[in-house]
Amino acid sequence: MGTVDRRMELKVEGVVQGVGFRPFIYRLAKTYHLNGTVRNDGAGVIIDIEGKKENTNHFLNNILTEAPALANISNIQHKELKPLGYSDFVIVKSRGQTEGKVMVPPDIATCSECKADLVNPTDHHYRYPFTNCTNCGPRFTIVQELPYDRNKTSMQTFIMCEACEKEYNDQLDRRFHAQPVACPNCGPMVQIIDRKGKKRKGDWLNLCQKLLLEGKILAIKSLGGFHLACDAKNKRAIRRLRRLKNRPHKPLAIMCRDVDIVREYCHVSEYQLDLLKSPAAPIVVLERRHDCDLPRELSPGQNSLGVMLPYTPLHILIMESGPSVLVMTSGNNSNMPICITNQDAFRQLGQIADYFVVHDRPIENRCDDSVVTTISERPFFYRRSRGYVPNSIPVPVDQNTNISIVGVGGDLKNTFCLLKGGLAYLSPHIGDLNTIEGEGAYLESLARFKSLIHIEPEVVVVDLHPSYQSSALVENSKALHKVAVQHHHAHMASCMAENAINEPVIGAILDGTGYGLDGNLWGFEILQGDYVNCARKVHLDYVPLHGGDSSVRNPWKVAVSYLLKYGGKDGEELVTKLFQGKEQPVEIIKKLIKTNQNITLASSCGRLFDAVSAILGICQTASYEGQAAIELGELVPWLASDTEVESFARSTSPYPFLIKNGVIDPELMIKGFIKDIKRGAQNKIGKKFHDTVVAMVVDSVQLVGEETNLRKVVLSGGCWQNRYLLMLTKKMLRDRGFEVYYHKLVPTNDGGLSLGQVMVGYWRCKNVLGCSGTSNAYQ
Amino acid sequence: LSHGDGGALTRKLIEEIFYKKFYNDILIKDQDAALLPACDRPIAMTTDSFIVKPIFFPGGDIGKLAVCGTVNDLAVSGAEAKFITTAFIIEEGFKMEDLAQIVDSMWQTARECGLTIVSGDTKVVEKGSIDGIFINTTGIGVLPAGVNLGFQQIKPGDKIIISGNIGEHGVAVMASREGFSINLSSDCAPLNRITQSILKNSQGVKFMRDPTRGGVASTLKEIAISSHNVDFCINEENLPISQEVNTVCQLLGYDPLYLANEGKILAFVAPEECEKIISLMKELPYGENTCCIGEVQEGKGDVLLKTIIGGTRKLNLLSGISLPRIC
Ligand SMILES: [Fe+3]
Ligand SMILES: [Mg+2]
Ligand SMILES: [Zn+2]
Ligand SMILES: [Zn+2]
Repeated sequence: MGTVDRRMELKVEGVVQGVGFRPFIYRLAKTYHLNGTVRNDGAGVIIDIEGKKENTNHFLNNILTEAPALANISNIQHKELKPLGYSDFVIVKSRGQTEGKVMVPPDIATCSECKADLVNPTDHHYRYPFTNCTNCGPRFTIVQELPYDRNKTSMQTFIMCEACEKEYNDQLDRRFHAQPVACPNCGPMVQIIDRKGKKRKGDWLNLCQKLLLEGKILAIKSLGGFHLACDAKNKRAIRRLRRLKNRPHKPLAIMCRDVDIVREYCHVSEYQLDLLKSPAAPIVVLERRHDCDLPRELSPGQNSLGVMLPYTPLHILIMESGPSVLVMTSGNNSNMPICITNQDAFRQLGQIADYFVVHDRPIENRCDDSVVTTISERPFFYRRSRGYVPNSIPVPVDQNTNISIVGVGGDLKNTFCLLKGGLAYLSPHIGDLNTIEGEGAYLESLARFKSLIHIEPEVVVVDLHPSYQSSALVENSKALHKVAVQHHHAHMASCMAENAINEPVIGAILDGTGYGLDGNLWGFEILQGDYVNCARKVHLDYVPLHGGDSSVRNPWKVAVSYLLKYGGKDGEELVTKLFQGKEQPVEIIKKLIKTNQNITLASSCGRLFDAVSAILGICQTASYEGQAAIELGELVPWLASDTEVESFARSTSPYPFLIKNGVIDPELMIKGFIKDIKRGAQNKIGKKFHDTVVAMVVDSVQLVGEETNLRKVVLSGGCWQNRYLLMLTKKMLRDRGFEVYYHKLVPTNDGGLSLGQVMVGYWRCKNVLGCSGTSNAYQ
Repeated sequence: LSHGDGGALTRKLIEEIFYKKFYNDILIKDQDAALLPACDRPIAMTTDSFIVKPIFFPGGDIGKLAVCGTVNDLAVSGAEAKFITTAFIIEEGFKMEDLAQIVDSMWQTARECGLTIVSGDTKVVEKGSIDGIFINTTGIGVLPAGVNLGFQQIKPGDKIIISGNIGEHGVAVMASREGFSINLSSDCAPLNRITQSILKNSQGVKFMRDPTRGGVASTLKEIAISSHNVDFCINEENLPISQEVNTVCQLLGYDPLYLANEGKILAFVAPEECEKIISLMKELPYGENTCCIGEVQEGKGDVLLKTIIGGTRKLNLLSGISLPRIC
């Protein structure tokens, strides 16, 4: 041992628990001959270390440069102490309550070493469906409380066997202090149960594979909830699943055995492969190959497939020699939260699944699969959940003013968001709040998040919509202040926040329907503002919508509104021609529009897409949210590379339209459709329409830019999920000298809304209110 | 019709149209107040004003509605309807034939219910100051011995019964107002025979309401709010809804649970008496489609709808215009 001339205490904050951080510190200490202790505590990891000064410096540098891939250090505080003369370096027991400065990591897909153990007959984890190590396995979905220790996870009831205990305590083992460590002798076990509740004897894995190959539907308990699975090559099984799940058209995600299988069916770039194989292992939406022979029933009307790779040992084993492609759709009834308990699955999925593949490791936190596509070598989120939650997102706030805030989100695709000390924590996907089961999932998840992050929000931020369930849920909250934020202001703020912008911008919002400041429905507007203020500068002209949500489910009704308002006599004729068999309802709608009954005015990009989709006969009635717009989006090419974008940007062919006094008038465009339909040029309309929307946005932004001298533009709202719109608008705005920002960390749809809400809430309370009173500060 | 002044014209109107129809011993005494026989039971009394557009609709008109509405309010409170008064406010220029027809249907409905029309009033007002005709009716009934209904009596385990298909008045009136033809009439009907029958033959009735404006959902929610520590759990599967109502609702985005009924009873009954009460109701006119739609549970004032696809939705009071929530 060398001389001991320095002792210091380091407090490391961030994602540093459950990622092999302490073993890493242990090895590092050994390398540099340092003695002392390391332990988890509520505030992070505490290292007490002494040794030669030079070595302690190496040690300190290496913490940052060599930290485990899954760790995410947000802060290191260090204090010099008087040397004590430690004789060894040891990992000591965790202490203390969480202070919310440390967070459990997201769940991590099975690592390559654990995969190797699975097929190694001499390893005691051989073929064990729950094997894991400090580099992989369940995390967020099994945690009850922090600090992250086995007795605060759903593994607490499993007593480790001798072999596992040895690995768990061996500081040099890959499984050292891996909290969910387990093996066939001591850990969770799988069972197959039939519809009647009878356990099936014999080897579960053989049986499971056999049932799938026979075309049966299985409910499989996965990481963050149940999946409904069937052979993705079996048309009859898929049709049956669709019928039983009451889900006629919405795409079903698939799981492919390995990357070779993915390549067989989809175009996939190196980057996309990396994303599929990443620790988060999301569902990646890929372009289907022309020669892909998987049934069309997987994603009717769409030229893409949502693909993932097996991300738990259970999936790996099932897919090893079962079907090479499985449908793996979330285990729920439409609009309900995904099932997480065996009991819930039997009750909710009893009419759908033939068999249940269950196990006895409880799921503590519901967490659906994440869904992404890629834009310019970055993930672009449709849904941010498993593998990403509960990672925090740093946002621009004043470091000296900490306000704890909750943003409650929207009513569909719901997530909520907690803000604390410059970090925003988005919840997993919660979904539809229209059922009490959805409400229950929301409240459970909110309570869990509040306790993990150690926060009791002082401010609650809700949407301005008078009948959102999400607002009703927090009506009795103990928070001091309530802030109501306009839906699209929140979308804009969400995009600003994740791009670390804190200055006035132009917001180009293309969305479904959000409640506007004038009581009408918005969703196609160019905003100007910052977190506190927001003004609508340009918007699409209003059309009357009849019957609330039913107009959203029935795009034909919106088409009637558009054709009647702008199409003149030809429009009326077209209505008669297009909606044969709907004569009576069309008459009724016409009358109700005329007499202004049960009508709301809407200026919405989503509804414009719906109308065009119905006019082109693509989708008249939608069975899932956004169907009409998504299917219409299939008429334009999948712009995968920047060169393609370049060439398309040079050859856009928009219909004419007018922008007058801040209103985009689509009359000439609608007249253009009618003319094209009469000429029999339907096939051109799809692309021309997309080009028109791009032009409407670009021209409007240009106008606002000239007026305000602002150069930063943020794109937000659900319609930006349309790849063609996003890529082309981005390119054309950049060509005109604008700096363009879009979403990269949270969804552009309502799944990202809550992030914007907390930001507006924060800056309003800080600047406008001085944090007192209630704010509805739109003037 | 021309503007009334309390003079000769009005006198003539009363004699020719009203007395001719409503003739009875009490009314014909033509005093300032009707004198009713004394009674040793509690008296039930209710009043309501009726406005409907259009005034004539499939299955009824404003006259029938005005009598049924008041009779049904008495009926669901458990009382036996005895007397009714009517007051008309009529717009100048209103057609005499239409008035005669309205009066006729009031008289017919009153007769069907065994009601005596004991007092009336008529005002003809300047053109444009109202839209056609408004009718107010006040009903008086007697509470039979042993009847003691109240939402306080609703207990977990009780069953919830509806006396037939829902939403028909709402859809029929809307359809005829907008001038489209559907094969559907309003359910407008008097329910006093049904309520008297079940009250006489069973001790199991706890509380009754007629789900008029705001429909079954709003009515249930109002009761749930007043009751203590209960939830009402309704099964969507069991809701009696006609094909026609369903079609219109799906197309136009209405929820039958929030559409008005004018001839339906919601009854809360003891579980052991449920079957018996349902069969009593089924035997009588207007009760043929009676069924159980749910039950009372312990709770905190919620109305929960178990949907066909297996979820549970909270039903709230009807709130103004329906704004889309789907983004
Ligand atoms: Fe939105
Ligand atoms: Mg009344
Ligand atoms: Zn591993
Ligand atoms: Zn073990």
